[in-house]
Amino acid sequence: MMKRIHAVATAAVLFTAATTTAQAGATFDAVKSKGFVQCGVSTGLAGFSSADDKGNWTGLDVDICRAVAAAVFGDAEKVKYTPLTAKERFTALQSGEIDMLSRNTTWTLTRDTSLGLNFAGVNYYDGQGFLVAKNLGVKSAMELDGASFCIQAGTTTELNLADYFRANKLSYTPITFDKSDETVKAFEAGRCDALTSDQSQLYALRIQLKNPESAMVLPEVISKEPLGPVVAQGDDEWFNVVRWSLFAMLNAEELGINSGNVDAMMESKDPNVRRVLGLEGIKGSGLGLDDAWAANIIRGVGNYAEAFERNVGMGSPLKIARGQNALWNKGGLQYAPPIR
Amino acid sequence: MAEPRQQECAPAQAAFWRRPAFRAALFQTLLVLALCLVGYSLFTNTLNNLEQRGISTGFGFLSQEAGFGILQSLIDYNETHSYGRTFFVGLLNTLLVSALGIALATLIGFVMGVARLSGNWLVARIATVYIETFRNIPLLLQIMFWYFAVLQPLPRPKQSLSFGEAFFLNNRGFYIPGPVFEQGFWLVGVAFALAVVAVVILARWARRRQEATGRQFHTVFVSLGLLLGLPLLAFLVMGMPMSWEYPALKGFNFRGGMVIIPELAALLLALSIYTGAFIAEAVRSGILAVSHGQTEAAYALGLRPGVTLRLVIIPQALRVIIPQLTSQYLNLTKNSSLATAIGYPDLVAVFAGTTLNQTGQAVEVIAMTMAVYLTISLSISLFMNWYNKRKQLVER
Repeated sequence: MMKRIHAVATAAVLFTAATTTAQAGATFDAVKSKGFVQCGVSTGLAGFSSADDKGNWTGLDVDICRAVAAAVFGDAEKVKYTPLTAKERFTALQSGEIDMLSRNTTWTLTRDTSLGLNFAGVNYYDGQGFLVAKNLGVKSAMELDGASFCIQAGTTTELNLADYFRANKLSYTPITFDKSDETVKAFEAGRCDALTSDQSQLYALRIQLKNPESAMVLPEVISKEPLGPVVAQGDDEWFNVVRWSLFAMLNAEELGINSGNVDAMMESKDPNVRRVLGLEGIKGSGLGLDDAWAANIIRGVGNYAEAFERNVGMGSPLKIARGQNALWNKGGLQYAPPIR
Repeated sequence: MAEPRQQECAPAQAAFWRRPAFRAALFQTLLVLALCLVGYSLFTNTLNNLEQRGISTGFGFLSQEAGFGILQSLIDYNETHSYGRTFFVGLLNTLLVSALGIALATLIGFVMGVARLSGNWLVARIATVYIETFRNIPLLLQIMFWYFAVLQPLPRPKQSLSFGEAFFLNNRGFYIPGPVFEQGFWLVGVAFALAVVAVVILARWARRRQEATGRQFHTVFVSLGLLLGLPLLAFLVMGMPMSWEYPALKGFNFRGGMVIIPELAALLLALSIYTGAFIAEAVRSGILAVSHGQTEAAYALGLRPGVTLRLVIIPQALRVIIPQLTSQYLNLTKNSSLATAIGYPDLVAVFAGTTLNQTGQAVEVIAMTMAVYLTISLSISLFMNWYNKRKQLVER
C-alpha cells in the first residue's frame, strides 16, 4: 500500500515534470479555484497530526493547514489531508499532489536548496533524543555503545545518529522502517535497544506503548531540528500566505489575541492589534487575501499558544513544556516579524 | 486497344511510392522517428521543468558522502562512504536474498510438487495443505507474519539460546562463529578449485563409460570425497591456517563472528515458502504432463520407482516446468523489494528509499533502480531460456 503510494507519487513527479510547465502563482490560483487546501501530514503522530476514528485530523501541524485554509477561505475546515510517510513527503510536494506539507519536517540546507522546496517558517523547535527501556539501566546516550536503534527511514534522524556515534567513536546498528508505528512495534518487540527520533515524537510514541511507564526518554539532545511547513518553489505568493499564516498565530499570542476574545479585540485601540485584525495598515492586500485573514485564523484555529497547549502542551496527553517554543520575550525562540 | 493492356501491366512499373515494400519501410521509419521525437521531448521537457522548479539534476550526488548507516552490508561500508556505494550495498543485499530465495524455493517446490503426487496419503495431503495455504495468502502478510509473529518473540540478547557456546539465537539474529583466514589459506582454495575440475572430468568419463559399456560408476561418492578430501588435505598440509572467531556478549549485544539478521531470515522464509508453493504446482503439472505410459514402460523394463522418477519422468517434465519456473524466479526477485516493510536493507529500501529522500533526486534514483531490476530480470530470463533450449525434447 505504502509502496504503491510511493510509486504513484514518484511516477507523478516523472509525469508532471515531463508534461507541465511551472508557473508563478500556480499553486495559489489552483487552491483558490478548487476551494480547499490539500495538505500533506504524517501517517499518524499524536499531537502533531493524527486522525481520530471519525477521520478528523488534529494536531499542531494540522493547525497550520487549518490556519492557511482560514486565511484563504475564512473557513478552517476547508482542508483535505494526505497522510505521507517520511520517504514520500517531498515527492508528493514536488509533484503537486499536495499544496503544502506540514509534517514535522526538519529545515535543512539541502532540503531548502536542492529539492525545489521552501520552508515557510518554524512551528516547533525540536531536537533528536533517545527512548530506551527503563530496565536497560542506561542513564545517558554515551552508554549506548554497540546498541541497536530503530529509526524511521528518510529522516534527518538517520544522519544525526550516524554523526553522533561517529563523533563519539561509538558503534551502533541502525534498523530503519518506513513508518513510525513500525519503529514502535519493533522497539516493543525488543528488536532494538533504543528508539531515536525528535524528542517531541518520542513523547508521542511513548504513549503509544502498551506500558508507557516501562520506557524513558534520555536527557541528551543531539541535534537541532527546526520543524516547519514547506511549500514547493515557484509560487512566491503562496509561500507568503503559508509563512504569514504561521506568523499571524505567533503575533496573536504576543498581543494577547485568542479565539475567545478576538471579537472583543475588534474594539481595541492598540494599533498593533488593529493591524493584525485587518482594521488598519496594509490589511490583506499584500497577501492577496481578505482583510480579515488573520482574524479568521484566530477565530478558526486560535493563536499559537492555544494550538500548542491543546495539541502537545499541558492540555494534551503529551504534556510537553513550552521550553524553546515559548515566545522570544518569554525565554523561548518563537519570534515572528511584525504585521505592519 | 493496346493501351488498356499496357495499363494492366502497370504494377510492374508503378511509381515507387505505390510499392508495398516501400510503403511498409516508409511507415516503419516514420513510426520510429515519431517515437524518438516523443522520447526526446519528454527527456528535455523533464530536464527543463526540473531546473525551473529548482530541483537538482544529474548524477553528481553519487559521489557525495552518504552519512547514514546501513544494517547489513556485504561490502565494506560506513557513514563516510558515498551515495554511489549505498547503491551497491542495496544491490548486493537484493541479490543475496534473491539468490538464496531462488535456491530454497526450488528445493521446496520440487519436494512438495513430487510429494503432492505421492502414493502415500498423508504425504500427499500435507503437500496439498501447504500449497493451498501459502499460495493463497498475500506475500506481504506472510513477510509480516514471519517477522513479527515468529522471529520477534525470540529471547533478548542476555537470555540468548546458546548452542554449544558457539551459536547463539536471540531476537537480534542468529550468531555463528566467523572464520578468520590466516596466511596459507589460499592453498585450500586452490585445492577446492582443482577438486571441482576433477569432478567435472570424472563425471564426463563416467558417462562415456556407461554409454560404451553399460557399467555404472559411483560418481557421487567419489566426487564428494574429492570435494572434501582435497581441500582438507591442503588445510592440514599448510598447518591449519584458519581459526574461528566466536561471538561473545559485550554490552548490549553479541559481537564478533557472523550474524544472520532476523529481517533476512523472515524475508527469505516468506519469499521461498510463498514461491515454493507456486513452483510445486508447476512441478506437479509438469509430471502430470508426462504420459503414464512412460512410467509403465519404465517399470516394465525393471526400473525402480525412484530411478524412474529421476531418469524418465523428471527429464521429460522439465520441458513443461522450466518456462513456469522462469516466471516464478522473476516474481521472487521482484517481490524481494517488499523487504522495505520489515526494514531489510535491500535496493528499494536503501537506495530508492533513504538515498532518494536525502538527495531528493527522484528521477535519477528511480531510473537507476528500475534499470537494475530490468537487468536482473532479463538476465534470469536469458539464462532460463538457454536452459530451456538445452532441455527441450530432441527428436531422434
